[in-house]
Amino acid sequence: MSDVRAIPLVRQGARPVACPLMPLEVRDLVLGFGDTVVLNGIDLELGAEGCTAIMGPNGVGKSLLLKLLHGLIEPTSGRISWAGQRPGAVIARQAMVFQKPVLLRRTVAANLDFVVRTRGLDRSRVHALLDHVGLAHKADHPARRLSGGEAQRLALARALAIDPEVLFLDEPTASLDPASAHAIETIVGQARDRGMRVILVTHDVGQAKRLADDVVFLNRGRVVEAAPATTFFPIPQSQAARDYLTGKLVF
Amino acid sequence: MQDIGQALSLAFALVMSGDGDLYEIVALSLRVSLSAMAVACLIGLPVGALVAISRFRGRGLVLVVMNALMGLPPVVVGLLVYLHFSRAGPLGFLGLLYTPTAMIVAQTILIAPIVAALSRQVLEDLNGEYAEQFRSLALSRRHMVGALLWDARYSLMTVALAGFGRAVAEVGAVIIVGGNIDHLTRVMTTAIALETSKGELALALALGIVLLAIALGVNAAVHLLRQTGARLAYV
Repeated sequence: MSDVRAIPLVRQGARPVACPLMPLEVRDLVLGFGDTVVLNGIDLELGAEGCTAIMGPNGVGKSLLLKLLHGLIEPTSGRISWAGQRPGAVIARQAMVFQKPVLLRRTVAANLDFVVRTRGLDRSRVHALLDHVGLAHKADHPARRLSGGEAQRLALARALAIDPEVLFLDEPTASLDPASAHAIETIVGQARDRGMRVILVTHDVGQAKRLADDVVFLNRGRVVEAAPATTFFPIPQSQAARDYLTGKLVF
Repeated sequence: MQDIGQALSLAFALVMSGDGDLYEIVALSLRVSLSAMAVACLIGLPVGALVAISRFRGRGLVLVVMNALMGLPPVVVGLLVYLHFSRAGPLGFLGLLYTPTAMIVAQTILIAPIVAALSRQVLEDLNGEYAEQFRSLALSRRHMVGALLWDARYSLMTVALAGFGRAVAEVGAVIIVGGNIDHLTRVMTTAIALETSKGELALALALGIVLLAIALGVNAAVHLLRQTGARLAYV
């Protein structure tokens, strides 16, 4: 996408560094609603760098796992530890982009300015961020009049505004056209290359191949497979992952 | 007694003539009710916002009380304020009874619950949309309230208008604490009541016309603002 600038916005000039919030350790995580158990005994360990794609059929609890990791919801039982800290204690050092971006009823620039102001950051980064995501020319437009792809880029810029150590993305390109999806992937790839730890939920196998360093595959509320992307995609170990990658396992 | 047609023509003549007494009464009404609306918004909007974003034990009871207070009888409020501001009352030393300030206090008490309860509903709906994003951004309560109040500004204008409407139209409280004193505490509603009781329908109707015109004008202005907001997707 031509309007997305390949400018390193954060930690300019620095080499990627290991995320201080890592490793992430998840032990026997259970999430249920009444009699329904959505996640049933998740065990997971993620390393300090790169991008992890969480994949799996619809309704398996991928987005809920992301929200649990970010501390937006509480598990029924189990433990999540970010370098020894609870999710609630580190939420301010993380950012999340939701599948449907929630934008404030303000202009594009005001949406970013709000976050920058509340965090006490330098307000000059608003225009740098808008430029970075290719929205500088829409700075004064009402945010809720943006197209789907533009809105998602703004949500991504807002997440990047706080310079998070961990970036969660919940199907950030679902229902976007290929050009918009490419623009999002470019920005996410740049963030990952600068050392930001990215955890991504996606159904898009191509996107996971392009962005992810490792893959966590969920099925029936459990982690069925956790492997480097270089081995998961060519030689998945589980039948469920094989069925999913060949389009046989949808629900 | 004059017939209604004659009274109406007299009323229009009075409005068009720029009668000093009439405009003094209108100006005081606006000053009292707009002041009450402003103070009620300063109190009611933050209260509504805090209740909207908070979950606590007994919240249901708080909501019931807030909603019930919307129906406060003006005469009861007037009586309570009177008892507090009367010479023997706890606030009697302030010497506010039969002053516009006492009327502002009474109207504020009447409409602050309306502003709080209606804004709570508006802001709770908006918070339902924003809450997860706010948590993700680790916003403080102060920033959440500020963001909700600003983003709901067009809807909250209607809430403020509802409060203003209640204030400018009520007569029970202001007549008790203001006393309907000519050139001092006489407002449109108390003047209408007085002139009607005297059979002077022209002035009463003239004031009624002005009251209706104000209501229409304010509603039209807010409607236009909301339309602008909707066009920009700010509503």
